[in-house]
Amino acid sequence: MESQAAEGQPVPGHASIKTRRWSISLVWIVPIVAVLVGVSLVVHNILQQGPTIILNFKTGEGLIANKTEVKYRNVVIGHVSDVELSDDQKSVNATVKLVKQAESFTREDSKFWVVRPRIGAGGVSGFDTLLSGAFVGADAGRADARAKTFIGLEAPLPLTFGEPGKHFMLHTQDLGSLEIGSPVYFRKIPVGQVVAYTLDSEGKGVDIQVFVKAPNDVHVTENTRFWNVSGIAIDVGANGFAFKTESLSALLVGGITFRAPDYSPNDQPAAENRSFELFDNQQTALAPPNGKAQFLSLRFNQALRGLKVDAPVEFQGLDIGKVVAINLDYDEKAHSFPINVGIVIYPQRLGQAHIKMLKALNYNPDDEQAVNRLMGSFVENGLRAQARSGNLLTGQLYIALDFFPKAEKVAFDPNARPMRIPTVPASLEQLQEQFQAVIEKINKLPIERIANNLDDNLTELRKSLKQVNSTTLPSVQNTLQEMSKTLQSASSTLAEGSPQREQLSGTLDELGRASRSLRELSDYLTRHPESLVRGRPKGAPAQDLQPSSSH
Amino acid sequence: MNTAPEARDLNLCLCHSCGNACDMTDHPHECERCGAPLHARKANSLTRTWAYLLASMVFYIPANLLPVMNTSMLGSDSESTIIGGVLEFWEHGAWDIALIIFIASIAVPGIKFVALSLLLITVQRGSLWARKERSKLYRFVELIGYWSMLDVIVVALVAALVKFQALGDIEPRQGILFFGLVVVFTMLSAMSFDPRLIWENRKSEEVMDGVASR
Repeated sequence: MESQAAEGQPVPGHASIKTRRWSISLVWIVPIVAVLVGVSLVVHNILQQGPTIILNFKTGEGLIANKTEVKYRNVVIGHVSDVELSDDQKSVNATVKLVKQAESFTREDSKFWVVRPRIGAGGVSGFDTLLSGAFVGADAGRADARAKTFIGLEAPLPLTFGEPGKHFMLHTQDLGSLEIGSPVYFRKIPVGQVVAYTLDSEGKGVDIQVFVKAPNDVHVTENTRFWNVSGIAIDVGANGFAFKTESLSALLVGGITFRAPDYSPNDQPAAENRSFELFDNQQTALAPPNGKAQFLSLRFNQALRGLKVDAPVEFQGLDIGKVVAINLDYDEKAHSFPINVGIVIYPQRLGQAHIKMLKALNYNPDDEQAVNRLMGSFVENGLRAQARSGNLLTGQLYIALDFFPKAEKVAFDPNARPMRIPTVPASLEQLQEQFQAVIEKINKLPIERIANNLDDNLTELRKSLKQVNSTTLPSVQNTLQEMSKTLQSASSTLAEGSPQREQLSGTLDELGRASRSLRELSDYLTRHPESLVRGRPKGAPAQDLQPSSSH
Repeated sequence: MNTAPEARDLNLCLCHSCGNACDMTDHPHECERCGAPLHARKANSLTRTWAYLLASMVFYIPANLLPVMNTSMLGSDSESTIIGGVLEFWEHGAWDIALIIFIASIAVPGIKFVALSLLLITVQRGSLWARKERSKLYRFVELIGYWSMLDVIVVALVAALVKFQALGDIEPRQGILFFGLVVVFTMLSAMSFDPRLIWENRKSEEVMDGVASR
């Protein structure tokens, strides 16, 4: 319509068209903006594109291309873009695209590891990876050189680089249940962790490297003692049972705790990488220092069932050392098997006594001869070793050093190395011996002979009894029968109405009369004793002849 | 070819707004009935269509390359692009859903690009080829235009509904914005196109230019 008009008026129409052409093309802003947005996206993407590195893992477990992320302090710094077997097919190469800011993670000593759920040091970690899948943990190194390929670690790195704090070396006999990442406690607060462990050069112990984070690292002082708090400590004491554990995680993964003894004057914070000894428990850790060890040899002529290496050595009830060796020996002369027990004692554990002894005897503990002389004098005074039963139930033995003034004198060899302390049999042993002797005596009784004799006697007895049964008893029966006959006849003789009985009663009457007349006579004679000479007077009345009772 | 007389030949112009056939003899600028501006053809149709089409084509690239949403289920984060989602559904055996997403999100914009480009080029060249079919094609493009927003709506719905904190969370990502722009611009492009241009004869090229110059 208007174009038609423009056709009609060429010149001004042209001008107006020109200006309009510019305004019309405004719609082209839309695609231009679109292109700009697209280009900006691309540019942004290119700028964001960080370095690409290759991680070498033993296994591709949990690694998914385009999904598995690389995280540092739980921030995504890249993702795995490809997972494939290495050329030798012994490991897995994961290609990782890092973001721009993560450029420092290409430093040569950067560390990468796969985070999977694990029950490990410091509790259960990586729990979220149970659901989300594993991710790659990373820690930037500090080296200036850059690398493209890295060897992935199998276990997470417990520490991040540049964390303020101090490393310390602990030396111990064995690792126990500690592992990398096991916590280090100070007054039950986790302040650090185990970062590395190695066997020492001789393979006779373990060097454990721990890291204590700042600011708590100042609590590690020169006097500090470290001890192991892994597992549960069960205390059986006069107060009953006591279970002690530092924390639940220490129960599972072990732990180390440290403390300086309560009285530690002039304590200075320990320097980086200072070495400490790692003790087994708090008691030994906080015990006074052992000082110089003294090896002694004991020789027992008795079975030492229940004596074990590490059994305590006590002096007057005080723990001053331990058993380090138990060996069977053969004595050619006696054809016996004595037992050699090696013990180590720490004289410094005697504490005040040791100090006083040093002063009084004025000897230098480093002078071996002097120590020998001292020991010799002790043995002279009756110092003896004895294996005693520490626990009647379990039969555990310990070595007791004590003075037995009544002990037999034994020659002390001052040149023997290690020094030999004579022994005395254990008290329980003595009791046992006496008991044994009694048993032996009982054993020696001629029980068999006695039994044989007894048997013979019994046979004889049986024979006699048989005889009695067969011969004596019938005759006894006869006798009894005869006796009963006799008695029968006797009874018939005495029966009422029998002539014998009549006679007997007549006789008895006569006898009564006779006795009466005899009494009259005696009465008369009492009154007229003269009649014995003169005879009876003529005039005497007849009643005078009557017994006196009749008067 | 077209024997029917054009409105222009009768000096008439159809109002886009109320459909009133206005008499153009005294060059009115507005519809005498409803007051809407009068144009014989959609203003600047080809240029605008091209511009919007190109813009949507440009946005189509990031729309497909960038993730459209971020699904975090129980701590596992996953960002999915449109094609990634389609493949995922396909691999999990849900081929029907995969097909729907593929058609709605990838095929439809693609068809629109091809169809609109075809229409624009043929119109610019004044081609007389298959004009009826091209008209049908245009109507088809307009029809499917409504459904292109399916993806955007799905993402918007899901992102609004799935908010279970740690259990599950879905968030839209950049890609869906570009996808939405693609849809918007293809629709604008389709709207800017004047199907009547299909029916214009070769001789009316100048007229078309005139329209473009407006």
